[in-house]
Amino acid sequence: MKIIVCIKQVPDTSEVRINPETNTLIRDGVPSIINPFDLHAVEAALSIKDALNAEVTVLTMGPPQAEVSLKEVIAMGADAAVLLTDRAFAGSDTWATAYTLAAAIKFLGADIVLCGKQAIDGDTAQVGPAIAEFMDIPHISYVSKIESISGDSITVRRLMDEGYDIVEAPLPVLLTVVKELNQPRMASLKGKMRAKKLEIRRLTYKDLSLDENNLGLKGSPTRVKNIFAPEMKKDRIVIGGTPEEQTDELISILKAIKCI
Amino acid sequence: MDYFLDEDQVMIRDTARQIAEEKIVPVRAELDEKEQFPSEIIKFLAQADMFGLFIPEEYGGLGKGALELCLAVEELSRACLGVSTSYAANALGTYPILLFGTEEQKKKYLPDIASGKRLVAFGLTEANAGSDAAGIQTTATKSGTEYILNGTKQWITNGGEAEIYTVIAMTDKSRGARGASALIVEKDTPGFTFGKKEKKMGIRASSTCELVFDDCHVPKDNILGRDGMGFIVAMKTLDKSRTGVGAQGVGVAQGAFEEAGKFARSRVQFEKPIISFQAIQHMLADMAIQIEAARALVYSVARYVDSGAKDITKVSAIAKTFATDIAMRVTTDALQVMGGSGYMRDYPVEKMMRDAKILQIYEGTNQIQRNVICQSLIKEFSRNV
Repeated sequence: MKIIVCIKQVPDTSEVRINPETNTLIRDGVPSIINPFDLHAVEAALSIKDALNAEVTVLTMGPPQAEVSLKEVIAMGADAAVLLTDRAFAGSDTWATAYTLAAAIKFLGADIVLCGKQAIDGDTAQVGPAIAEFMDIPHISYVSKIESISGDSITVRRLMDEGYDIVEAPLPVLLTVVKELNQPRMASLKGKMRAKKLEIRRLTYKDLSLDENNLGLKGSPTRVKNIFAPEMKKDRIVIGGTPEEQTDELISILKAIKCI
Repeated sequence: MDYFLDEDQVMIRDTARQIAEEKIVPVRAELDEKEQFPSEIIKFLAQADMFGLFIPEEYGGLGKGALELCLAVEELSRACLGVSTSYAANALGTYPILLFGTEEQKKKYLPDIASGKRLVAFGLTEANAGSDAAGIQTTATKSGTEYILNGTKQWITNGGEAEIYTVIAMTDKSRGARGASALIVEKDTPGFTFGKKEKKMGIRASSTCELVFDDCHVPKDNILGRDGMGFIVAMKTLDKSRTGVGAQGVGVAQGAFEEAGKFARSRVQFEKPIISFQAIQHMLADMAIQIEAARALVYSVARYVDSGAKDITKVSAIAKTFATDIAMRVTTDALQVMGGSGYMRDYPVEKMMRDAKILQIYEGTNQIQRNVICQSLIKEFSRNV
């Protein structure tokens, strides 16, 4: 079984400053870490490896210095690491990032793709599911427990606002995971020694035979107009009774607030 | 100060420091309060390969030596001596197998020890055999293909938690110290049970309890070295492990010193931070002097041990004694710098001071260490006459 874990190198702070003119993240002077949610994806991959003898490859798209993060995952026990790095990838939004990662995963081949639920810098939670769409494979987001993996399918718990769903999907599949899933392991000394010597494999857009127009800033349709935290709306009314009573009640409420 | 550590040594120190800061510091007060064995932290140490540091690579370890072990122990001790005692006692219990084990014994036990799958404990002390190790009363009677153990070991670190025990017992009482033998006893061997868990002043995260042997049958093949070599096994083991106790002293002293420094900078009296007063400055300076001297000594001795030198008894005793005596002084002074705050359990220094005391007592009291040192000195003096 082949597993690919996608990780992202992010600034080490949950309060990233934003450049008000360009509406992009200010990364200068902030130390980089592996996106914390991605570490849970790594742990999930390594746990599957421990149980089922899978091969784990860690993948990231980023500048050459992202190698440090890949090496950290090698030190935790991943078998191989791939860095997608090319000037052509610079400025990618979630669409272009997912497009590029999906191409790399197809190129490398995987039965299970694991991602953190979102990155702590952008917080979009879009790249994981979008990779699955580009690959035309199923995805399950917010995975809080892996129930079982058989030869050609996987059963997981998906964390919901209230409780969880049990979801089954055929392989290959993409999962995005939440921190409730597990506790990431420590990097081992043997792993660190191996990581120190390991030559990280690099892939460019030419290796993946991609259309340059779909890459980087050129291939990114997103234009950020403004960034703000959405208002949390917690008010809700639960209507009880028979279906007829519920309908009557709903109509009177909608009338009262002049919706109908 | 730069001790010219190589890349691997820096990596080992930094890994231990990361575990100490991320995993130990947040829970040390609770572990102390509840007298709870740090099973979770042991798991993290195992994941990080910390248990295999000094075990040869052919048995699944990293093939490093005393210096690397000291670096790890120092960092763990800087955060919590209770945790570092559990970790260091594992090395203490492993040395008899490493130094005297047969190839079969090493193959059977060392890989599990290196991976942290099975913890080890060393069983020497008894109610009537402490400083006088020759007073051992636990017996191991040969019977066919087995030894039958009877007796009680006292104050055994990792007792109950460890799965492998290296135990010193008398195989021939009439021969005194030369009638002692070292045996490997596995947990769950019939006739082997654990007595009461001790309630201690400090290092309360570590487990200390009695090992009770009541007609406990152990295969003859579990003997380490030969029949009658038990005392030598114990002494060579202690020679190897002593420097590590010194590293514990350096670590706990460093931890207390840092707390005192931080406090002295922020505590204001007479409208000034107390670090601006000479009384405090001199105390901090004295702490720094003692810690750096102890660290330099411990690292030098560890390097000497790693050089393969045979005459390590005296120098390892010197390192243990000096570094643990200064640990007691430095932790006491750190608490004094912090005054009433230092005495409160809201700060970690009162625990460090309680913990530090054991270092002057276990693995040979510092009085016994001085005996050991002077026995070597007498030999040296007579040679030079």
